[in-house]
Amino acid sequence: MDHLGDLSMIDFFIWTSMAILFLVLLCMYRVFRGPGAINRIVAINVVGTKTIAVILFIGLIFEKIDFFTDIALVYALINFIGVLAFSKYFEKRGVV
Amino acid sequence: MDTAVSYAAGILIILGMILFLLGAIGILRFPDFFTRMHAAGKCDTLGALLVVTGIALYNGFALGSLKIIFIAVFIFLTSPTATHSIARAAMKNKLPVWTRDKKR
Repeated sequence: MDHLGDLSMIDFFIWTSMAILFLVLLCMYRVFRGPGAINRIVAINVVGTKTIAVILFIGLIFEKIDFFTDIALVYALINFIGVLAFSKYFEKRGVV
Repeated sequence: MDTAVSYAAGILIILGMILFLLGAIGILRFPDFFTRMHAAGKCDTLGALLVVTGIALYNGFALGSLKIIFIAVFIFLTSPTATHSIARAAMKNKLPVWTRDKKR
C-alpha cells in the first residue's frame, strides 16, 4: 500500500471523505433555510456533485473501484436529469 | 515511482477539496441567488474535475481509470449545463438581483 508521508493512502481517503461530508453539512444549511425552491435546487446540485466524489472514495477504501465507478456514473446521470427536470418545471410554473 | 504518483494524486485531491470548500462558503455567504449560483457552478465543476482526476491517477493504468476519466468528462459537460438551465429559469421569472446599495 502506498503512503503519503506518514499517512497511509486509505487513511487519507477516509479523512477526505469526512471533510466532504462536513462540506455537505454546510450546504445543507442552504437546503433547509434557503429562500424559495430555486436556492434549494442549487444546493442540492452541489451536494449531488460531492456525493459522486464520496462514492469513488468509498470504492477506493473498499478496493472495489470497478463496481463503484458504475454507481457513480449512474448517480451523475440521475443528478443531471433531475436538476434539468426541476429547472424546466420552475421555468414554466414560475419561481416560488 | 509509485510514491510520486501518490503524491500527485494527493495534491490534485487536496486542490479539489479547497475548491469544494470555497464553493460551500460561497453558497452559505453570498447575498442573492445569482451570486450563489456563480460560486456553486464554477467551484463545483472544477473541484469535482480535480478530485476525480486524482482518483483516476491513483487507480493507475487500467480500464477502470478510463471509466473514471469518463465520469470527469461527463461532469465537465453536464454541470455547466445544469447551472445554465437553473439560471435561465430564474432569469425568465425575474428573480430580484442584489445591487450595491441594497442591504441583504
